[in-house]
Amino acid sequence: MARSWLPWAAVSVTGLAGNEARRGAVYSNVMVAKAQVAGRGEAGTESGFAYLPLIAGWLVPGAGHALQKRWGRGALLFISITSMFVLGLLMQGKLYAPNAGDVLDMLGFAGDLGGGLLYILGRVFDLGHGAVQVATADYGTKFTVVAGLLNVIAAVDAHNIRVGRKA
Amino acid sequence: MTFAPSHFTAVLLFASFASVVFGITQRSTTRAMVRYGLYCFAMFVAAVVAASWLMYFIRR
Repeated sequence: MARSWLPWAAVSVTGLAGNEARRGAVYSNVMVAKAQVAGRGEAGTESGFAYLPLIAGWLVPGAGHALQKRWGRGALLFISITSMFVLGLLMQGKLYAPNAGDVLDMLGFAGDLGGGLLYILGRVFDLGHGAVQVATADYGTKFTVVAGLLNVIAAVDAHNIRVGRKA
Repeated sequence: MTFAPSHFTAVLLFASFASVVFGITQRSTTRAMVRYGLYCFAMFVAAVVAASWLMYFIRR
């Protein structure tokens, strides 16, 4: 029994006919994979840094869509996410700081961080309230966290449009 | 400046904003986005109303 010398192939060769058939199958699989990659590349025809919409969308809600000339979607995302974040702060919501204490606090920080520049500006200007004392403030805290998480979803959606996974 | 909405107003605001983002990000065509956004909004509000009645009867 002969064994291929190609370490990445690791194909046992039992005969010439089987070997040729296997080569044909591997070749056709490679061609299919190349065709799929080419198709994706054609869908996302824009040049430049592929992760720019993802980063821009994270920093400013809706910016990832706006960069790809989807103005309406970008504006709606900006209005929705920014309003949610701002209303959360107006409801005396808490902005989580980086911490290594309670697990829920760490998750809250992760959610808030999804807000990008909104969170950074909120921290810089000390807009969040430290302690949640009324029910409305608890809702406000949830508003800011969910706004951050929704912003992450929107940024990933912008990236998917950029690479051609979504129309 | 503070904002102190009622519980139900907070629910409506939350459902509106989340539904807009879900509609845009989870569907591809404009028509499907609107339909899915409205569906999400209705589900958010319906779930809250159902949970409220459930808690009301549990308390009784």
